[in-house]
Amino acid sequence: MADNPNPELEYPETVAPVDKPKKKGVKRRIFLIGSALVVGGGIFGVWWTDSSVRARARALTVGEGEHGFATWMKIAEDDTVTVFSPHIDFGQGSHTALAQMLADELDAAWDKVRIEQAPSDLAFANAALAKGFLPEMVGQTVAGLLPDAVVGMMARSMPLQITGGSSAVRFTGEVGMRKTGAAVRAALVAEAADRLGVPESELTTADSVVTHAKSGKSLRYGALAAGAAQRSLASDPVLKTRDQWKLIGQPIARRDIPAKVDGSAVYGIDFTLPEMRVATIAAAPVRGGKLESVDEAPALAVKGVEKVVKLDDAVIVVAKGYWQAKKGLDALAPTFSDGGHAAVSTPSIFAAQGKLIAGGKADNEGGKGDVEAAFGAAGAKLVEAEYRVPFLHHAMMEPFALTGHLKDGKLYLWGGMQDPLSTRTKAAKAADLGVEDVIFTPMIMGGGFGRRFPDLVEIIDQVALLAKQVPYPVKLVWSREEELRHGTYRPQSLARLKGAVKDGRITGLQIDYAQSGNAEGEVPFIYNLPATSRRHFAYQSNQIDGPWRSVNATQLGFYTESFMDELAAAAGADPYEFRRRHLPAGSRHVKALDEVARRSGWGTPLPEGTGRGIAIVESFGTIVAEVIEAGIKDDGSPKVLKAFAVVDCGTTVNPFNAEAQIAGGLIMGLSSAIGEAVTLDKGAVVESNFTDYPILKLADAPPQIDVHFIESGAKTGGIGEPGLPPASPALANALAAATGKRIRNLPVLAQAKA
Amino acid sequence: MAIAFSVNGRAVSVEAEADTPLLWVLRDDLGMTGTKFGCGIAACGACSVHVDGAVARSCSVPVGEVVGKAVTTIEGLKSADGTLHKVQAAWIAAQVPQCGYCQSGQIMAAVALIDAVGTPSDAQIDAAMTNICRCGTYPRVRKAILAATGEAAGTGEA
Repeated sequence: MADNPNPELEYPETVAPVDKPKKKGVKRRIFLIGSALVVGGGIFGVWWTDSSVRARARALTVGEGEHGFATWMKIAEDDTVTVFSPHIDFGQGSHTALAQMLADELDAAWDKVRIEQAPSDLAFANAALAKGFLPEMVGQTVAGLLPDAVVGMMARSMPLQITGGSSAVRFTGEVGMRKTGAAVRAALVAEAADRLGVPESELTTADSVVTHAKSGKSLRYGALAAGAAQRSLASDPVLKTRDQWKLIGQPIARRDIPAKVDGSAVYGIDFTLPEMRVATIAAAPVRGGKLESVDEAPALAVKGVEKVVKLDDAVIVVAKGYWQAKKGLDALAPTFSDGGHAAVSTPSIFAAQGKLIAGGKADNEGGKGDVEAAFGAAGAKLVEAEYRVPFLHHAMMEPFALTGHLKDGKLYLWGGMQDPLSTRTKAAKAADLGVEDVIFTPMIMGGGFGRRFPDLVEIIDQVALLAKQVPYPVKLVWSREEELRHGTYRPQSLARLKGAVKDGRITGLQIDYAQSGNAEGEVPFIYNLPATSRRHFAYQSNQIDGPWRSVNATQLGFYTESFMDELAAAAGADPYEFRRRHLPAGSRHVKALDEVARRSGWGTPLPEGTGRGIAIVESFGTIVAEVIEAGIKDDGSPKVLKAFAVVDCGTTVNPFNAEAQIAGGLIMGLSSAIGEAVTLDKGAVVESNFTDYPILKLADAPPQIDVHFIESGAKTGGIGEPGLPPASPALANALAAATGKRIRNLPVLAQAKA
Repeated sequence: MAIAFSVNGRAVSVEAEADTPLLWVLRDDLGMTGTKFGCGIAACGACSVHVDGAVARSCSVPVGEVVGKAVTTIEGLKSADGTLHKVQAAWIAAQVPQCGYCQSGQIMAAVALIDAVGTPSDAQIDAAMTNICRCGTYPRVRKAILAATGEAAGTGEA
């Protein structure tokens, strides 16, 4: 047995649980966060916590010579500041950005700031996130009436510790990190004033030191921390203005990167324990099917295989290592039922969706004005089109892996999930244990993109059940095939669009779309038109549709922004100019469009066979306009030559990281548009691995992406997701400009082959 | 059976079936988890290592085929005193990784490319860098490779 590379992560000590909130006014619920499916939520207690919660947080995180503040940070006597992030970081860089925000308000020396994952514990439920989301949940007026203590209680009762909806910086950062930093700074100043016997107004702070210029005396934060920690924190501290920022807005190097270039970063799949076994699984190929029978003997005959475990809908092989488990699993010939879904296929879903729309009974409707009148008006030119997009796989590079050990009545779990607290809740339910008897250690993860929301993650239940059947620790690892075929996909969706153009302007626009989830209230419609109607027709297949990076803004963005070009063509207008005339003059949207047009050389000549496409989508509070320059390769596949993105997210906390997020989102959008599709036949997924589910590679990605931020100072928006939605329509518009052929069905490659 | 080869300059001998992929011997038997599992069919490159100096996708190399050979993994790129390989340093300077999971493989592929051709052209980078990155770090991968070789093509002074 190899040495354990991560002994510090073994069996965390437990602390007696804090009392759960007595009132059960707020139940776990599924609500839309900026159009992301968000489940429950933790409110990271700032000082929105009672003393028992703060005491528990201290017991979990504050050691000898350290002093905790609320549940967000601690200061050690050597001046080290440790920031606890209630969000996980799966590559989006929010740990560094959140720490930048807190440290700036605190006036801490950056080289003394450390960032740690907050424990998966109710004391660290994310109150700031709940506070940020409240207006989206209950409306601004009601949200403003709720005291912070109630918000804190709500977060613990949900419980809320989620990462999603591009929410870390715009909510947790703006509400929790900055306020905490400012309040702790004020407490440090108050402590220094008492010690030095001078007024607070004569004190300044910088680099983790409080200075009294008149006397030349100064005190380090580490020396003040013990006293400051005894003070109550201001509930509404004064925040810095933009001109006072030293760290916010700086392209600071991410703290997690060095361990990711030398192989030392330990992901969930890398976790090991003494005596640990490794298992792998095959679930029913048709979602909804059950395990009927399996002869265990062929697996048990494989060297290294120890056990076969049957679940209701899956079979698991446990062995000494992954390879042995996989070999054992491959030797089995389990039979599964099809759950009555044998007739479900990609064409059958599109047919059913088209029928629903034709039936005309919408489940949700948004818009304004009378579109029918616009369509019937004399002189109106009508344009109609049908668009289709497939299910999409998240394809996080690290397949699911979760380690579990049932030991002395407690279930210990190690792995990466987008909500540590609800991971515990889900595992407890599956294992029939109390939540306090499930201890989850969150680990870094190789991507997620919406796949790791615990309520949709079957591996939590699988490991909880498996751990009850074996006496040793066991790590369950999904193969890539399992990952691809048992996803919670971006929904397959069909839309019919109809528009009327008169005198160069759109007079009416109707967007009917059929899919599982409603996008109203999530994806804002940005154009100012006399009459609009957007109708959702609910359709559910046997698949689980999940949030996929940028959620419904991907397909709604594709439909709307492709169709805008079709309407522009009908009006005989330039696509950029046409969009501009339907947006409020001087708006942030127009500024973003103008800037991307300018940077991309919109309107300048291009070589034969290439074209430019433009698109603008607002999602998660951020406006992104993109231009793609593309042509067609000899084999008929698209070649992206250049890409430009102009982003208005209000403020960029870390521009270097924000640029990477926008560029990465743009590439993921191109990848999905060009080649990705999960298709169904007889109720089961056809694709198996990266060979038939192609992810864009370096050679086909634009060599450089020009990303520009407009620092408008508007309310801070998200950055992890908004770069993605404009990419697919901008590409389709570029290809239409290059070839004259309009792409209405994704992916492009499937059309090229057809 | 006992299979002997070297990893990062250290002689190792493992008890394993000859058909076990090198990836799983590294990860499960030797506890070297810097080399990642992504697809199991040599399609993504997350498991890239060097075998006798050439890049190889270790999920599809049976350990029986590396008997007596020299395997280098991401953990073996640093010099003995802990100094980062110039490609690793370029990766940090360009802030390439996001989730980071594919980056061991990306770096191993980039090092092999630079070792083979010196200063690669864009076309050589396109041809050699076929590893999948779902986060979309490709522009910075390219930038870091060019930066690393720029140094190599410099004055030659250390």
